[in-house]
Amino acid sequence: MKKILLIGNPNVGKSVIFSRLTGVHVIASNYPGTTVEFTKGYMRIEGEKAEVIDVPGAYTLEPSSKAEQVAVDMLENAAEEDGNIFVNIVDATNLERNLGLTLQLIRRRIPLIVCLNFWDETKHTGIHIDADKLEKIFTVPVIPTCGITGEGIKNLVSRLSEAKVSTFQYEDKERWSEIGRIVDTVQKLTHRHHTFLERLGDASIHPITGIPIAIIVLFLAFKIVRLIGESLIGYILEPLFENLWAPLMMKLSAVLGSSGFIHDVLIGKLIEGKIAFVESMGVLTTGLFVPFAMVLPYIVAFYLVLSFLEDSGYLPRLGVLLDTLMHKLGIHGLAIIPMLLGIGCNVPGALATRVLETKRERFIAATLMAIAIPCMAQIAMVFGLVGQYGANGLGIVFGTLFIVWIILGLLLNLVLKGESPEIFAEIPPYRLPYFPALVKKLWMRTFGFLKDAVPYVLLGVLIVNILYALRIIEFIGRLAAPVVTGILGLPEEAVGALVIGFLRKDVAVGMLVPLGLTMHQMIVASVVLTMYFPCIATFVILSALTVGGILNLVL
Amino acid sequence: MENVSLVQMKPGEQGTIVAIQGGYGSRRRAESLGIRVGVSIKKISAQFMRGPIIVQVGNTTIALGFGIAQKIIVEKRQR
Repeated sequence: MKKILLIGNPNVGKSVIFSRLTGVHVIASNYPGTTVEFTKGYMRIEGEKAEVIDVPGAYTLEPSSKAEQVAVDMLENAAEEDGNIFVNIVDATNLERNLGLTLQLIRRRIPLIVCLNFWDETKHTGIHIDADKLEKIFTVPVIPTCGITGEGIKNLVSRLSEAKVSTFQYEDKERWSEIGRIVDTVQKLTHRHHTFLERLGDASIHPITGIPIAIIVLFLAFKIVRLIGESLIGYILEPLFENLWAPLMMKLSAVLGSSGFIHDVLIGKLIEGKIAFVESMGVLTTGLFVPFAMVLPYIVAFYLVLSFLEDSGYLPRLGVLLDTLMHKLGIHGLAIIPMLLGIGCNVPGALATRVLETKRERFIAATLMAIAIPCMAQIAMVFGLVGQYGANGLGIVFGTLFIVWIILGLLLNLVLKGESPEIFAEIPPYRLPYFPALVKKLWMRTFGFLKDAVPYVLLGVLIVNILYALRIIEFIGRLAAPVVTGILGLPEEAVGALVIGFLRKDVAVGMLVPLGLTMHQMIVASVVLTMYFPCIATFVILSALTVGGILNLVL
Repeated sequence: MENVSLVQMKPGEQGTIVAIQGGYGSRRRAESLGIRVGVSIKKISAQFMRGPIIVQVGNTTIALGFGIAQKIIVEKRQR
């Protein structure tokens, strides 16, 4: 099958164009390195099926990072086969730097097409590029596109088959002066005033203005997540469950005879003759209520805010502001991005640590996340349970985790050999998030949560019932009593939550409700549940990354 | 004319890169981001406590660590 490779510098919008061409939705963000491994999809050109490959971003074909090595290997493999097409995606607002890669691609004598992406942005940044002139110089199709709105994509698709080997020649030593000449011929800049976004860009990266801005942004983000989450729960989901689902379940409960094993598995224990959605522990009651009415609203709220911050371009700036602090923990500032993703769910967070350059950094970042970063599913439940004690309760839980995060990082940085490399990265411009793209990304992540989490929650609730019925939890509780009761000061029954916490943290927090814990115990249990072990899904991913890392070293 | 490192430049100052010290690897990396001898560069800001330096090269904003910034020598442009 014919292959179409999308190649370009990091953060030039390859993933968006990939989605446009294939209909396969991949996560795209406004910072370099979102795609670490390649993604494949399919499209038809001239009635023939072709494979489209979203290659990780590379500044140069002389690789200086892991992602670049992957890109070069893929390019070389594909170049050996006939008929493959190489689409070089260029950030039109950064023509000079991007053409460095273009000229290297031309030298490889491969069938090429050049896409001038972010074409819309050149217009309001006072950049005028003569695409026809560039096409004449390179002797390959040069197509202006705007991936995010889809402008120019049709043109790109219809001209894919015109890809050809460029006849443009240059001396490799003279590459940059050659590019300078090309840019002078095809590009004209008109003077313009700084835009508001640029002023904001500068202000948010100056320490004196940047740190207050960061505090305001994070505070607002937190407030908005809680506001949206609480509103969705209070006005929509809880009423739905209480008014529609509960009566239905009560009927089913009556049919099942109000007790017995099957009844308890499906409906759970009735509390004062009624269903209590958090405490009953039935697959159809708690098993649905926890993921849909307690966790989902916060997942939606969190990913909405995170996706907005991602697409705006703020996160790398936050990374720069935090760089000095994070270096003390052995990771550089941009590691804040996997950490923030980890707050949504540790699994994508762990995967995102691959963007870090050294093994040491990846190890520290993954460890800190697995131990001290609670996922949104768990945070949502903690909000639900400890939230009633206000800032006192929540503050202690998150404050403790933050202190652990810092101390553990300091220790790992001290103990592990090696240094953390200095930051050296492009800071993307601020962009106003494009609403349809934002909604699509939010939907992908929310759907991902539903698909991955809900089955585990149902399974978790089922296992709770079986373990209780077989009195296994009671048994483990007695065994673990010295630790659970003696050291942590929790009742013996809390061990059930710790057992289920291996599977799902949200169900585990829910299991604490019937125990009638004091605020003090609730806080201890919340912190312990975060730290003692990552959930099974995160554990699997972390093992795969570690084993993969070790295999890479051995092979 | 005065040659200084990026660290010694003040935010807002501009100049032309005259030398990039350091090994082949870091020079190549710098080059791939558009930091090359002869290129015009503007310092945007510097973080506290030997934190990263932010510069603008062409239309690209780049954050670089203090150590790397010390190795990039710029001929300051007079205002």
